Amino acid sequence: MSRDAIVLLGVNHKTTPLAVREKLALSAGYDEPLQALGQLEELREYYLLSTCNRVEVLFTCRDVDRAQQRVLDLMFGRAITASELEQYVYRHVNVDAVEHLFLVAASLDSMIVGEAQILGQLKEAYRHATKVGSSGFILNKLLHKSFSVAKRVRTETRIGAHAVSISYAAVELARKIFGELAGKKVLLVGAGEMAELAAEHLVRQGVAEVVVANRTLQRAVNLARCYNGRAVSLEELLDQLQQVDIIISSTGASGLILQKEDVRPVMRDRRNRPLFFIDIAVPRDLDPAINDLDNVFLYDIDDLHNVVEMNKSERDKEAVKAQRIIDEEKLKFGKWLANMESTPTIVQLRAMVEHQVRAEVEKTMGRFDTMDGQQRQGLEKMVAAITGKVVFPALHYLKTDRHCTGLPERIKAIRELYLLDTASSDREES
Amino acid sequence: MSFLLFQTCVVVYLLATAAYLVFFLTQKNSLRQTGRAIFLIAFGLHSANLVARAIETGHTPITSHHETISFFAWSLGCCYLSFRWRYAVKNLGAFVSLLVLALMLIAAFSSRSMLPLPPALQSLWLPVHASITLFADGFLALSCIGSIMYLLQEREIKKKRFGLFYSRLPSLETLDKLNHHCLSMGFPLFTLGLITGSLWAKQAWGAYWQWDPKETWSLITWFLYAATVHQRFTVGWRGRRVAILSIVAFLSVLFTLWGVSFLLEGVHTYVS
Repeated sequence: MSRDAIVLLGVNHKTTPLAVREKLALSAGYDEPLQALGQLEELREYYLLSTCNRVEVLFTCRDVDRAQQRVLDLMFGRAITASELEQYVYRHVNVDAVEHLFLVAASLDSMIVGEAQILGQLKEAYRHATKVGSSGFILNKLLHKSFSVAKRVRTETRIGAHAVSISYAAVELARKIFGELAGKKVLLVGAGEMAELAAEHLVRQGVAEVVVANRTLQRAVNLARCYNGRAVSLEELLDQLQQVDIIISSTGASGLILQKEDVRPVMRDRRNRPLFFIDIAVPRDLDPAINDLDNVFLYDIDDLHNVVEMNKSERDKEAVKAQRIIDEEKLKFGKWLANMESTPTIVQLRAMVEHQVRAEVEKTMGRFDTMDGQQRQGLEKMVAAITGKVVFPALHYLKTDRHCTGLPERIKAIRELYLLDTASSDREES
Repeated sequence: MSFLLFQTCVVVYLLATAAYLVFFLTQKNSLRQTGRAIFLIAFGLHSANLVARAIETGHTPITSHHETISFFAWSLGCCYLSFRWRYAVKNLGAFVSLLVLALMLIAAFSSRSMLPLPPALQSLWLPVHASITLFADGFLALSCIGSIMYLLQEREIKKKRFGLFYSRLPSLETLDKLNHHCLSMGFPLFTLGLITGSLWAKQAWGAYWQWDPKETWSLITWFLYAATVHQRFTVGWRGRRVAILSIVAFLSVLFTLWGVSFLLEGVHTYVS
């Protein structure tokens, strides 16, 4: 084994339905699962990311299959069955893992392509990993790289500047109707995924309050808590219409839940303050005729789709550009990774030589522990110097490019020459 | 002197309008800066022109048709600039400069000769009554522009087909607010204009009100605006309906300004 493999396991909104993701989400924060991962001795470095759209574990290890199995059992095994695991969890190794991380960081893998929040979440997750010291040489480099890739994508393409998704389009429309969204109130009717996403978008625009109305109140309460909002029952819908400004409806009801004639008197009570209905349910929840009322605007999922389509060709162009940046950066990182392959060998070689020099010195001069400070310091220096001199030709051999022998071959030669793969057991016996 | 100033100022207004319109289509920010700067220059020249004309004629230059329209354009510019500093209304400049230019062209084509004031108009009421009324008209014109922009924007949002205006016009809320502010400035001024006119009529003709066509039409206009303001403040009408009412009422203003003077006979004619 020349170096540790980089492995990424995870689920996201593309592969996994919300119901499953909910079970896997790390609701209690990062500390506990990170500690649990620390118990696995197969892992060298590790890091965890959990957002509403994804849960991902990134780690380096020697034995990919074994480590992967342990991590899967620990992180996902308890919540879902083996077959679900097989179906939903994606696994990326080495360069693929690197690419995936870059895609996530650059927000190309997001539900709202180009949204900026994911980078903050990534940084937050990384902060937790560094706090418990679980990220090391390779992951530090990799994550820092992913941040800079994300920044590059953001500055060099306009992927973030376009209305690239339905919920974004909805927010844009709300802005055209209400101007400032600060101080406006949002009502979520039914709690679907799209609705949540749109609500999240709106919350980020500074809406004052989120009210959730749902058939099962418990679900409404849970969701309302996410946004510091209120939960109401579905029967209160008409009363709520007088207070809120934006309504996002996504119930699973088979018929219409709101008719034009229900809304008309509401407008009188509202003194014609505008209402913006967003109907993302299929089949529709809201009577299309509502749009005919003055100061009331109704968009259903198809309308929003059309709005998005208008921006699509431009977005695709930007996505291609972004993908190019990521490929470029992936290649660069791969090169760095290839260089780093020799590092464990160098470290091991150094340690081995130093160990032997030290053993010989101790044989002659007595144990280091019993010496006084100054003498010990001098000897330590000597050990280091001898180690350096002895190891130098080998390092030189490793680091100098030769046409006829590639780096992996050179590493292999050094390991065989110095008995690195067998020496440790020998030494332990002696 | 005033003639030269007027000529240059029309040309500069033309440039400002062109800059604003190109900005409206291309949305290049540097052009907006240019447009605003040119508009300010034109407005400065226009003010100088009014002062020069006042000095040359020896009275407030709001008596002939040319003077009235020119002053109307100037007061519209004033209202626009006074709003410009308080609210950001995206692309309002393009619409306003267009209307100002149109008014200035009309003024340019009407007789510019300076005539002595008839004795009935030689009063301190002239600058007070005429300027208050024309300032009211300025605000009402701005409200009409805001309403047109509102209807354009609302149409694209309602029809769900976004064309030229969706991205270029400000939000409906902003436009509705613009209308609100213009009405709450313009309507009281207009009322004040009616009252001062009535007082002046008592002094000049001996009666407060004599159902001269201009007076009648002013009253009709006043009732239209009163209805708009009433619906807005008490019933809570807003948006589309108020916008339509504002536009209709402003058409009545324009008729009072031109239609009455040229189609109907009365004592309230321009000096000619």
